[in-house]
Amino acid sequence: MLIRIADFLGRDFLGLVLVLCVLIVFFGLSSDYFFTALTFATMANQLPALLVVAVGMTFVLIIAGIDLSVGSVMALSGALLGFVLVELQWSIPYAIIACLSLGLLCGFGNGFVVARWGIPSFIVTLGMLEIARGGAYLVTGSQTLFIGSKVQWISAPLPLLSVSSGFVAAMIVVILGQIMLSRTVFGRHMIAVGSNDEAVRLSGISVRSIRVKVFCLAGFLAGVGGLFQVGYLQSADPNAGVGLELSAIAAVVIGGTSLAGGRGSVINTLLGVLIIAVLQTGLAQIGASEPSKRVITGVVIIAAVIVDVLRHRSGGIARYFKAFRRTP
Amino acid sequence: MTLPFLQITGLNKSYATPVLENTHLDISAGKVHALMGANGAGKTTLCNIICGITPADSGYMQRLGRPYQPDSILDAHHAGIRMVMQELNLIADLTVAENLFFERLPTRYGILNLEQLHTDAATLLHTVGINELSPSQKVGDLGIGQQQLLEIARALALPCQLLILDEPTAALSDPQVDLLFNNIKRLTAAGTAILYISHRMEEIKRIADDISVLRDGHTVFSGSAEIVSTQTLISHMAAPLDESAQGETTPAKTKPALRLRGIGRNERLRGIDLDIQYGEILGIAGLMGSGRTELLRAIYGADQINEGKIYPDVDKQPLKLKSPVDAVAHGIGLIPEDRKQQGVFLTQSIRFNVSFLSLNRLTNRWGWIDRVGEHKVIQQQIEALSIKCDSLDQPAASLSGGNQQKLSIARWLIRDCPILLFDEPTRGVDIHTKSQIYGLLRAQAAAGKAVVVVSSENSELTGLSDRIAVMSNGFLTATFEQGDWTSELITAAAFRGFDAARQSVHDK
Repeated sequence: MLIRIADFLGRDFLGLVLVLCVLIVFFGLSSDYFFTALTFATMANQLPALLVVAVGMTFVLIIAGIDLSVGSVMALSGALLGFVLVELQWSIPYAIIACLSLGLLCGFGNGFVVARWGIPSFIVTLGMLEIARGGAYLVTGSQTLFIGSKVQWISAPLPLLSVSSGFVAAMIVVILGQIMLSRTVFGRHMIAVGSNDEAVRLSGISVRSIRVKVFCLAGFLAGVGGLFQVGYLQSADPNAGVGLELSAIAAVVIGGTSLAGGRGSVINTLLGVLIIAVLQTGLAQIGASEPSKRVITGVVIIAAVIVDVLRHRSGGIARYFKAFRRTP
Repeated sequence: MTLPFLQITGLNKSYATPVLENTHLDISAGKVHALMGANGAGKTTLCNIICGITPADSGYMQRLGRPYQPDSILDAHHAGIRMVMQELNLIADLTVAENLFFERLPTRYGILNLEQLHTDAATLLHTVGINELSPSQKVGDLGIGQQQLLEIARALALPCQLLILDEPTAALSDPQVDLLFNNIKRLTAAGTAILYISHRMEEIKRIADDISVLRDGHTVFSGSAEIVSTQTLISHMAAPLDESAQGETTPAKTKPALRLRGIGRNERLRGIDLDIQYGEILGIAGLMGSGRTELLRAIYGADQINEGKIYPDVDKQPLKLKSPVDAVAHGIGLIPEDRKQQGVFLTQSIRFNVSFLSLNRLTNRWGWIDRVGEHKVIQQQIEALSIKCDSLDQPAASLSGGNQQKLSIARWLIRDCPILLFDEPTRGVDIHTKSQIYGLLRAQAAAGKAVVVVSSENSELTGLSDRIAVMSNGFLTATFEQGDWTSELITAAAFRGFDAARQSVHDK
C-alpha cells in the first residue's frame, strides 16, 4: 500500500515534504508567532490564486511550453468580474461564468496562435501578458473597483473548518489535476507531447489540439485565480497578479517539473507553492526585509533546480548502466 | 607503371556488423575513379575513412607510396584530400562570397575586407565557370541545384590532389552537370584524382576512367571503365539471394486494401501506381533517397501529396488524408524509420510507450486508465515480442536499439490497424531480433492484414515479401511477383529511375 502511494505520488514527493518540514520547523523555532493558527489561516487564504495558476502552469510546462500571461489574465478576469457586478449589477453566478469564460478565451487565444502558426509560446504569451494587462486597466478605468460583501464568501472561513471555500476549491483543483495528469488519456497525451511531439504526430494524434486544450486550461485556471483574488481583496484591482507568472513558474519548477517538458506532477507543484509561501511568511516573521526576502527566494529557486537536475542526471545514468550490464 | 596517388589495402571497419571487409582501392592521379554500390555497401564509410572522419579498425593506406593515416579531416586537407559531401554545409544567411571563403575571410585591421572578398569570389566563380551566381547573393535565396554547385565550387577553390564527390549531381540540371564535368576534366588534366560516387550509370559512362564496385564492404570489381558493360556492373552490385530464406508462401487469399493512382509529391514521388493488398507482405526496395520513405509517409498523410489519389477499395471515393490522424482513422499505421526521433518516447517508461496508442480502449467509465487492464495488455505484448526488461517502469532509453524498435512495433500491434507500414523495421537490430521481427510481420499478413515493408536489404525483402515494388529516384520502376525476381533485376530497377529522370529532362 505504501509503495502504491509512493508510486502514485512519485519519488520527488518525499524530498519536497522533507524540505517543507525543515522550513516549518526552522521558522517555528526562530519566530514566536509562526506556530499559530492565525499564521496558517492567513497563508491558506492567500494561497488559492497562486495555487490554481501554478496547476495550469504545470500542464503548460509539461508540454514544453510556457505561459507568461497568467498574472495579467487573472487581473483581467477579476476586473471583468468586478465590472459586471458593480457597473452592470449582474448576479453572482453569471458574473462568475463571465469571469471564467474570459480566462478560458485568453487561454484559447494563446493556444490557437501557438498551435496554428507554430510560434514559441514564450512570445505569444508575452504578447497576451500586455494585452490582458491593458484590458484590465480598460475594464476598470484604471481604478480599483470595490465590490464588498458580495464576494466575501470566497475567502471567508467555512463553518467547522478554519479555511476558506477558495482554499478548499483550490485543493480540489489540485486533486483533479493530479488525477487528470496521471490517470487519464489526456494526461498521457500531454506528457507525450512534451517528450517527443513528432512521435505523437506520427502516432496519428493531433498535437495541435492537445496544445490548444492545455493553454485553454491554463487560461481557465487563471480565471479561477482571478475569482479567488477578487474574493480575497473584495475588490477588483487591475494591478493584481503582477509578476504572478514568475512565482507560479518558480513553484512548479521547485516541484520538479521539467522546463524541457515530458515530466511533472501537480501534487509536487502544491508542495512548491507551499514551500514558497512558508518561506515568504517565515522570512517576514523573523524580520527579513523585503529586498532580502527576494534575494533568498531567488537563491532557493536556483538551488531547487540544481538539485533536481543532479538527481535526475545521476539517477538516469545509474539506470542506464544497470541496463548495459544486463544486456550482453 | 606509375604509383597510384592513394592505395588502399585490406581495410576493415565494423560498427554493429562489419561495414568494410578487406576493402581495397587504387586511385590514380589525373583520373576519374567511379565508386559504385547499393546502400550499405560501405561507400560512405570508405570516404569517411579516407578523409579522417572515422578511423579504420585495421588496414593500410598509402599516399604516393608513403603511409597515410589521417586522424582528422584537417590531416586529410593537409594531404591534399578533400570531399564534397552529399549534405550541404552552407550557411543560408551569408552571401555566396562569404560562404566560399568562410574559413579564410580577408580582413584589414580586423575588419572584413568586402571589396577583396567580392573580387576573389568573382574570380573563383569565373574560373569554375559559374556565371549564374553573383558574389553578393544570399545563399538562402539560391535554388538547391545552385547551392550544390556552390558547395562544389568551394571545394574547387582550394588546391587538392584528390577530390571526393559524393552524389554531386543529385540536384543539378543538365547544363549544371556539364559545367561540373568540364571542371572535372580541367582538374584531371592538371593531375588531380577524382573519386566519384554516383548511382547514375549514364554519367559514370561519360566521365569515369576506372570503376570499382563495393558490395557488403568487399571490393567485388575494379577495372577500366571502357571495357565493362552496364550489365556486368549491375550483376556485381546485386547481392546473391539467400535461397533458403525463401519459400514460405502465404496463401493467396488477398483482397485490395489501398490503391494508389498517380501519386506525386514534388520531385520525390512521381506518378506512383501501386496496389496494396490484405493478407500479403509487399516489400519496397530501392536505394536511399529513392522515395521509399516518402511513399510511406504520403500514404500515412504525414506529408501532403501534390498529385494522385489513394482509394481505399474498389469503387470507392478516394481517401482524404490530411494528416496521420485521418490515416489512423482509416486503419493505417506507420512504424517510422527513425525510432529515436519519431518513434519512441525515450524518457518515458516502457508502460507509457507500449500502451500509448490504445489508451482510449483501456479507460473505465470515469475516463480513468484501468491500470490493471493496461498492465495485462502490455505484459502480453512484452512476452509475445520477448522484449527484455526488468520492469515496465524502466525508461525506454535504457533498452537496446532492438528492444526500442520492438516497443514501437508493440504499440501498433495493440492498436490493431488492418494496414501496417513498416519503414526499415530491422535497422540496427541484431540477427536474432531480426528473425523475430520477420516472424511477427508474417503473422500479421497471415492474420489478413496488409503489411508494407521498406528495406535497404534486398535479401531481407526477397525472404519476406509476397510481392516487391522497386522505387528509384521517385519512380516506381518495377513490381515483381514472388518467384519472378532476381537480385539483378531488383538492382537494375533500383538504378533505372536515375537515368530515366535525366532522359525525361532531355526529352523536354
